[in-house]
Amino acid sequence: MKVLVPVKRVVDYNVKVRVKSDGTGVDIANVKMSMNPFDEIAVEEAVRLKEKGVATEIVAVSCGVTQCQETLRTAMAIGADRAILVECADELQPLAVAKLLKALVDKEQPGLVILGKQAIDDDCNQTGQMLAALAGLPQATFASKVEVADGFASVTREVDGGLETLKIRLPAVITTDLRLNEPRYVTLPNIMKAKKKTLEVVKPADLGVDVTPRIKTLKVGEPPKRGAGIKVPDVATLVDKLKNEAKVI
Amino acid sequence: MAALVIAEHDNASVKGATLNTVTAALACGGEVHVLIAGTDAAGAAQAAARIAGVAKVLHADAPGLNHGLAETVAAQVLAVAKNYTHLLFPATAAGKNVAPRVAALLDVAQISDATRVLAADTFERPIYAGNAIATVQSLDAIKVITVRTTGFDAAAASGGSAAVETVAAVADSGSSTFIGSEIAKNDRPELTSAKIIVSGGRALGSSEKFTEVLTPLADKLGAALGASRAAVDAGYAPNDWQVGQTGKIVAPQLYVACGISGAIQHLAGMKDSKVIVAINKDPEAPIFSVADYGLEADLFTAVPELVAKL
Repeated sequence: MKVLVPVKRVVDYNVKVRVKSDGTGVDIANVKMSMNPFDEIAVEEAVRLKEKGVATEIVAVSCGVTQCQETLRTAMAIGADRAILVECADELQPLAVAKLLKALVDKEQPGLVILGKQAIDDDCNQTGQMLAALAGLPQATFASKVEVADGFASVTREVDGGLETLKIRLPAVITTDLRLNEPRYVTLPNIMKAKKKTLEVVKPADLGVDVTPRIKTLKVGEPPKRGAGIKVPDVATLVDKLKNEAKVI
Repeated sequence: MAALVIAEHDNASVKGATLNTVTAALACGGEVHVLIAGTDAAGAAQAAARIAGVAKVLHADAPGLNHGLAETVAAQVLAVAKNYTHLLFPATAAGKNVAPRVAALLDVAQISDATRVLAADTFERPIYAGNAIATVQSLDAIKVITVRTTGFDAAAASGGSAAVETVAAVADSGSSTFIGSEIAKNDRPELTSAKIIVSGGRALGSSEKFTEVLTPLADKLGAALGASRAAVDAGYAPNDWQVGQTGKIVAPQLYVACGISGAIQHLAGMKDSKVIVAINKDPEAPIFSVADYGLEADLFTAVPELVAKL
């Protein structure tokens, strides 16, 4: 079974981004970029499925600027066999990415597509579900456990209040939650090997997909600032402040 | 122009998040209808009809609609979608699961986690873990939106008297089956709607200490318990207690952070709380930058003392 793993290049999760003063967006020039943390978990899960003999080939995919090649090399260093970059300099929104991925699903015919549950930049949490809809596949989102057998995947999902388990027919789309696994570190020999693996570059037009944004960003602003707080010397003062100043207890 | 709210419910009653979503739908300007898709869900449909501001309840009932499987629920929403300009889902695990599927099938973009409605087509939503607020305009004919429930007040659960209309239920997709669930039982207030939250981090050290130290404080305050990702990953607290960018987003009256450093990802989930209290040994912990009241102390002595003084 072939597994397709879409990965996204995003601002590193440790970076505190700054809003541009002209309100057009956040300043990501010269900021450290990394693979979206949920996508690392997705690649790791695909590699584990291959190690168990369930998956035969792992194809990593990224959509975006030329530099996404670095993200794909990282995916291949973790264990993906080859990569496809859908190169596009314009803004890509989840619906456009889902359409690009749908075209690749048609071409590659994977048994499973594993995505991260959300990207930490736009915080959308949409692409996996949209891909499943467009490709007419069942979905299991926010997965914390995946077992594949006999043409079905049994997936435990993190839902409000606890966990639930679904059985979905393959091919299917799964999105990863944090607890699915602990991604491995990439080793230097694997980084060297990843440089020799195939990385194919295509354009949205080659896939026949229109990527025009459907949502216009009018403005990006700072969130409201909280007023400065105070440090209290002891528990008694804290209780007093909560009772008499904030009046919350 | 009319808006349809896809209710989150347990077949007998509607969940709180639905009420906040109704308020957001009313802000879009048109008539508001509620869809109850479920199994033997007449109770939930009646409850939805009593929500103030709701003009009509659509009730689709079939065995295949139990457990809210995305494939079937999305098909059900699609069956009635053409009558509406706005489709709104609460931004809960259930809403986030279905909304993008509906949007893609309608070939429209989806707006996630709307915190404000500025116009019928213009919304505010947080990005980058809440470090920036984007004002976005939808260019599509049908707006599919998930609503951040902490951004809107809850609509009154009574006072309305909407008509309940039965709509034809769609067939089960058959591609996906519900096997079972493990829903944690607790008699505390629900995390996302609690007035007070006591939250613990890695500094608690073990699940025994987590329970031993924080439970008395939560009991005393009638609070829900929350946790940072570090505490959840270390196994001190269950997954669904996680507060943060990728866990629950909360905005209680009082948030007490015990032994939580205050990483960007955690702050994203709680910085809209009215009053934040931080108890931490480390004077440099970033949590102190958002705390209204900071207590620099060992939580193992400070928390029991706090319990005693309340």
